[in-house]
Amino acid sequence: MREVAVIGVGCTKFGERWETSFRDLFVQAGALALEDGNLSGERIDEIFVGNMSAGRFIEQEHIGALIADYAGLATDNIPATRVEAACASGGLAFRQAYTAVASGMSDIVVAAGVEKMTDVGTEVTTDVLAAAADREWEGIAGITFPGLYAMMATQYMHRYGLTREQLAQVAVKNHDNGAKNPNAQFQKPITIETVTKSTLVADPLRLFDCSPVTDGASAVILAPLERAREFTDTPIKVLGCGQASSSLALHDRKDICTMDATVAAGNRAFQTAKVERKDIGFVEVHDCFTIAEICAIEDLGFCKKGEAGKLTEEGYTARDGKLPINPSGGLKACGHPVGATGVKQVYETVKQLRGDAGGRQIDAEIGMTHNVGGTGATVVCHIFGRV
Amino acid sequence: MSVSRFWRKQQNRYNLIGTHCTTCGRYFYPPRSFCPDCRREGKIVDHKFKGVGTVVTYTIVRSAGDQFKFLTPYALAIIELDEGSKLTSQVICDIDKIQIGMRVKPVFRKLAEDGKSGAIFYGTKFVPA
Ligand SMILES: CC(C)(COP(=O)(O)OP(=O)(O)OC[C@H]1O[C@@H](n2cnc3c(N)ncnc32)[C@H](O)[C@@H]1OP(=O)(O)O)[C@@H](O)C(=O)NCCC(=O)NCCS
Ligand SMILES: [Zn+2]
Repeated sequence: MREVAVIGVGCTKFGERWETSFRDLFVQAGALALEDGNLSGERIDEIFVGNMSAGRFIEQEHIGALIADYAGLATDNIPATRVEAACASGGLAFRQAYTAVASGMSDIVVAAGVEKMTDVGTEVTTDVLAAAADREWEGIAGITFPGLYAMMATQYMHRYGLTREQLAQVAVKNHDNGAKNPNAQFQKPITIETVTKSTLVADPLRLFDCSPVTDGASAVILAPLERAREFTDTPIKVLGCGQASSSLALHDRKDICTMDATVAAGNRAFQTAKVERKDIGFVEVHDCFTIAEICAIEDLGFCKKGEAGKLTEEGYTARDGKLPINPSGGLKACGHPVGATGVKQVYETVKQLRGDAGGRQIDAEIGMTHNVGGTGATVVCHIFGRV
Repeated sequence: MSVSRFWRKQQNRYNLIGTHCTTCGRYFYPPRSFCPDCRREGKIVDHKFKGVGTVVTYTIVRSAGDQFKFLTPYALAIIELDEGSKLTSQVICDIDKIQIGMRVKPVFRKLAEDGKSGAIFYGTKFVPA
């Protein structure tokens, strides 16, 4: 296996991008990544794109070819592959790109993620997202994604005594970070009361416990580490990679409050990177709902089960805390265009490690990403470091 | 969900018929035709569940997709059947009354309606036992 580095990153503004089409979103993200990596399109050998449900959101499939075409790369006939694992599609596209470069199959590879969610109404969106769960045995019972995560929260609060305020603090902290991120969907700080007085979506989760519905795209470019300096003075090395699966349905988990795929993917990422938990400077975790961030911190092994709420309340995970979580604003404030999120996490991590993160800059040598599909049936983790 | 896709598992849904691995003793509802513990050594037979179980966790869904919005707000739960298998179902009860540990039993009810095809899906839901 060759060592691999990220040499260019790009991300669109996240939000309701009414004026911008699906193809314009990824063209923008791709152009930003190429510009950042200081290379032209004909250098690209291969593309992987994460996308959950263009078929239902915009009635378009065959996304790999569409992207190659509109990125101007179809004329060179390069391979372009769509990768799907619900909300983990982006992280998985990155993993595919990483293995393509590491194996020596391709040299300069783009990992992109894109989702255009706002062309359909909220009720349709809710149903499209429900396809990430088990349609035959959860869908037919009337689950929604907020509902599934709410069931984790109910059991978690019952068992560990997590308070409503501790849960709300996750959103407060992430909105605070989002306020420093010019790409974020929400850039306004909020208070605990904003969360606890917002509309109930699925008890105990309220509007401000949920990630929003978002349009957006992100793209990053990978190259063999030995060639990275041809393109950039600040390559960021992929230190470790871990992917894991678990049961599709939440009811089939051994423990409703533990994502065993997060435990496994995290362990694999740490083993391959040969670093310890204490070496990690910050993590972009998959906070699709506030409870998901609490579980992620624990399941990645940064504290014992039941402790993450208290740590969050004490500021341990804030930008100036001991282990900053979601400096980008996370899915909560930055927004969650499902297929793009996993790539955006890499974008943020690279920006942070290069020292390019502006008002939300954290001083760190090593960062980590954690991307979840569904309620934890697919999890992809990566660890990155400066060279 | 399409009518044919629903119909394939209709008897299971109507009568709470799952499966049982006679090699290791595990019960499956929803049914599985392959035991994840025994894999190829597993011998799978049908099993009609007694139906009684306990609420492991729950939520009240207040915002739902098209097929379910006529039911909101509704109680949704993960229920552990006495045989040891877990499933997801609505619980028909006063939404303020549902709690972890509550005992429940099955009833036959309308599950969902598909506005486009006009199909109405029936199956098992739960009520306090
Ligand atoms: C919670 C949810 C149903 C709200 O959608 P909605 O009721 O249609 O909300 P609207 O788009 O009508 O927005 C109403 C207002 O709330 C705001 N808003 C919407 N979602 C928000 C969120 N998650 N957090 C904070 N504010 C939000 C909007 O900006 C809007 O504000 P405005 O009136 O000032 O413009 C929707 O955001 C959702 O489904 N989120 C979960 C997405 C999901 O499951 N993702 C996959 C996870 S695995
Ligand atoms: Zn068995």
